[in-house]
Amino acid sequence: MTKKQTRLALTGGAAAAEALKHIDPDVMAVYPITPQTTIIETYAKFKADGEVTTEVIEVESEHSAISACVGASAAGARTVTATSSQGLALMHEILYIASGLRLPILLIDSARALAAPLNIHGDHSDVMGARDAGWIQIFSENGQEAYDNTIIGLKLAEKVKLPVMVIMDGFNTSHTVENLQVLDRETVQKFLGEYTPEHSLLNVDDPVTYGALALQNTYFEFKIAQAEAMQQAFADYKKVVHDYDKISGRFYDYFETYRLDEAERVIVIMGSTAGTAKDVVDRLREQGEKVGLVKINLFRPFPHAELAGVLSHVKSVAVLERAMSIGTYPPLYTEIVNTISHIEKNRPAVSSYIYSLGGREIYGKDIEKVFDDLAKGHISREIKYIGSK
Amino acid sequence: MKFNKDTFEIIFFARGGQGAKVAAEILAQAASREGKFVQAYPFFGPERSGAPTKIFLRVSDREIRTHELIFDPDVVVVMDETILDSENVITNLGDEETLIVATRKLPEEVKAKIGFSGKVVTVDANGISMEVIGQPRPNTVMLGKIIQVAAVAKLESVVDVFREIFAEKIGQEMTDKNILAIERAHDAI
Repeated sequence: MTKKQTRLALTGGAAAAEALKHIDPDVMAVYPITPQTTIIETYAKFKADGEVTTEVIEVESEHSAISACVGASAAGARTVTATSSQGLALMHEILYIASGLRLPILLIDSARALAAPLNIHGDHSDVMGARDAGWIQIFSENGQEAYDNTIIGLKLAEKVKLPVMVIMDGFNTSHTVENLQVLDRETVQKFLGEYTPEHSLLNVDDPVTYGALALQNTYFEFKIAQAEAMQQAFADYKKVVHDYDKISGRFYDYFETYRLDEAERVIVIMGSTAGTAKDVVDRLREQGEKVGLVKINLFRPFPHAELAGVLSHVKSVAVLERAMSIGTYPPLYTEIVNTISHIEKNRPAVSSYIYSLGGREIYGKDIEKVFDDLAKGHISREIKYIGSK
Repeated sequence: MKFNKDTFEIIFFARGGQGAKVAAEILAQAASREGKFVQAYPFFGPERSGAPTKIFLRVSDREIRTHELIFDPDVVVVMDETILDSENVITNLGDEETLIVATRKLPEEVKAKIGFSGKVVTVDANGISMEVIGQPRPNTVMLGKIIQVAAVAKLESVVDVFREIFAEKIGQEMTDKNILAIERAHDAI
């Protein structure tokens, strides 16, 4: 049964901190970086006010933050961190160690551009740099989803024994005050249950080795096992989001479909601009245009087969994303082209758009223009840059 | 035609460090408390103390999904009149819409200065602030005027939120004085 909830107006960062407060993890190791600060300054206040019991470890860099998380998680602690941009990039080496050791660490990322040139604003470059690191990646559209995904992410991490990255758009979500419904501590604690790791370094009755040497004879199999665990995450994610729906009344599938009934032209997108695009879809639908939207929630593992089922009925797809992969097509587009290859016949045409790098503004009218391109058949292999000068 | 015609949209122009973000968030919290949907978003440019900055506020009876910047506001608030010299504050502000400026100038003077033919409301925010609070706190004063003009939240809600945020920080006496300044600006014609 859905639990009673409280309606608040918070920044996305404070919303994630609110979820962390209800989780009250054992350890949080962090280093501050804009625009992740709204998360950790809010949590530091909870700690100072005695609302949480978390051991907050303030370290001297993000490399140390994630390293402390690896140690804490291997020791058996429920462990979280938060970062952004250069911080996530600095963690890179240790991200692979966390996933290779199968440590259920929760990382909240306020997605931001990468230097150079220096830019503090939102895009998905940092997240995409970590997409092959063996972490589950969940994108959030707004403060509500940042709150919900933080709880879902931790539960999923512990269930599948893989680290989870929950992503919100830097500034667009992290620094924007929006309304959201929050659960209470007791409900969240009950949903998560007590964390009792199957193995941990501090369990002397069951001694184990973490981070052993694995050369030509075994390394390969470790990696395959990791890939299999990631596949298993699909089913575990489904279970977790269904259970979360029961207490919250909010359901997050692998992806959200918006007005796909008889849709011919579809935008695929992730993060905060999905909200802007939904308003555009509504407006064009009022004018009788058969347009719709797919918002990806789960980016790793990527739900190709399910998405192919949805896209098999449409004529054309525009993939909008906030990252580049310099030298080839951008990451989400590449995934969607792969998705389309699962469709047997009448494959939709797919077009690639990049928008809002480094926080560049994007407006509803820009998204209308994309639907217009699809309507006019302006579809090519060329990557198009929305709002570039 | 406005894209979000059922959403009330305000742009604040201020200088970094003047507290316009807090003012917008107080309005957002007050409107949220009344059951409305809100969105308050600071536009950080090359932010540094004293640089011109913009804050966006949306208030609506239905869920706000868009994350685009406000480009066609219903009301524009200028917290620092020197911004009128460097920024075009009336982009897409129609003749039926309102510009609120913290200044001792008369509305006609502001209209002539920037060539605006819509409604202008001026508030001697520093004057009222010095008189009532004894300190320059123009943003507090502006809160009162904004809700009188734009009615995005009730005076009582704004006062309640202000008290909750500031009572502990600035003490009871200063809080009361600030609230008096909000009320004074609200009731001034």
